[in-house]
Amino acid sequence: MAAAGHDINVMGQFQLHTVGSFVGASVNFTQANLMMVLAAAVVLAMLYYGARPRAIVPGRLQALAELGYTFVLQMCTDQIGPEGRRFFPLVFALFFFILLGNLFGVWPYAFTFTSHIATTLALTVLVMLLVTGVGIRLHGWKFFSYFVPKGVPKVLLPLLVPIEVISYLSRLVSLSVRLFANMMAGHVMLELFGAFIVMLGAAGVIFWAAAALTFAIDVVMIGFEILVAVLQAYVFAVLTCIYLHDAVHLH
Amino acid sequence: MDLASAKLIGAGLAAVGLAGAGVGIGQIFAALVSSLARNPSARDNVFGLAILGFALTEAVAIYGLVIAFIILFVF
Repeated sequence: MAAAGHDINVMGQFQLHTVGSFVGASVNFTQANLMMVLAAAVVLAMLYYGARPRAIVPGRLQALAELGYTFVLQMCTDQIGPEGRRFFPLVFALFFFILLGNLFGVWPYAFTFTSHIATTLALTVLVMLLVTGVGIRLHGWKFFSYFVPKGVPKVLLPLLVPIEVISYLSRLVSLSVRLFANMMAGHVMLELFGAFIVMLGAAGVIFWAAAALTFAIDVVMIGFEILVAVLQAYVFAVLTCIYLHDAVHLH
Repeated sequence: MDLASAKLIGAGLAAVGLAGAGVGIGQIFAALVSSLARNPSARDNVFGLAILGFALTEAVAIYGLVIAFIILFVF
């Protein structure tokens, strides 16, 4: 329960427990893993059943699949240029995995697997290794000219190059913490408001109006949480495309 | 001063940093509204950038919030 005495337990909701009795416990299959498997299954089902009808005028499910496809493809080619098509499968997978991961958490008793820094950091390390690998593979040693911006007087270079390197490395931190913190903060807030509702309701009849108001605010917060979920998935995908553009075009 | 009070004060101080992000987000959407008022047909070009800018600015606010949470719940 959220409230005990004057202590509201907001962080306990992120604790992982194994699911699936002794089979799950033997491989440490937690509710986060379950949600990840579910997210992957939903995306695959959407693509498979969406692509099956093959109608010229699409029905709803086909339109949904086509919309998702063209949205991510447009984002890739807009940001990276025509070479962006090579990276489209990865960006598509990242976008929909994170989108569903964020959205599943809004459902009661489900779990947001992107609210753990382990998950988001793993995704970010994947993206960063890819971007650096693509840059070095495409440009060889000239990749390191990325850290020396054009048109800079030579005197400033000893100051500027370390700053550029640090800002490149800090992308690891910023990309992962942005997604993780948004998801965690959203769910902490929902838990907090829920605890307020219960505490106000338990305080007596005169406080029930305040509890009803807090309930209304909590409903609005869930709407906001859905907006943030979609937005953060979009931002992660767009930033991946921007970093790939930097690696491919070196400026 | 005992640890519990220090934690509460620290978390409160960390939350002050969110004010700057509020100003920044307001500026982004002020620029968006002003540019769309001048040229409504630019909406497709400009709206995506505005949303990206909003998310990046809000991320900084969330970093401050994470520090507040770390102070409250880790120490």
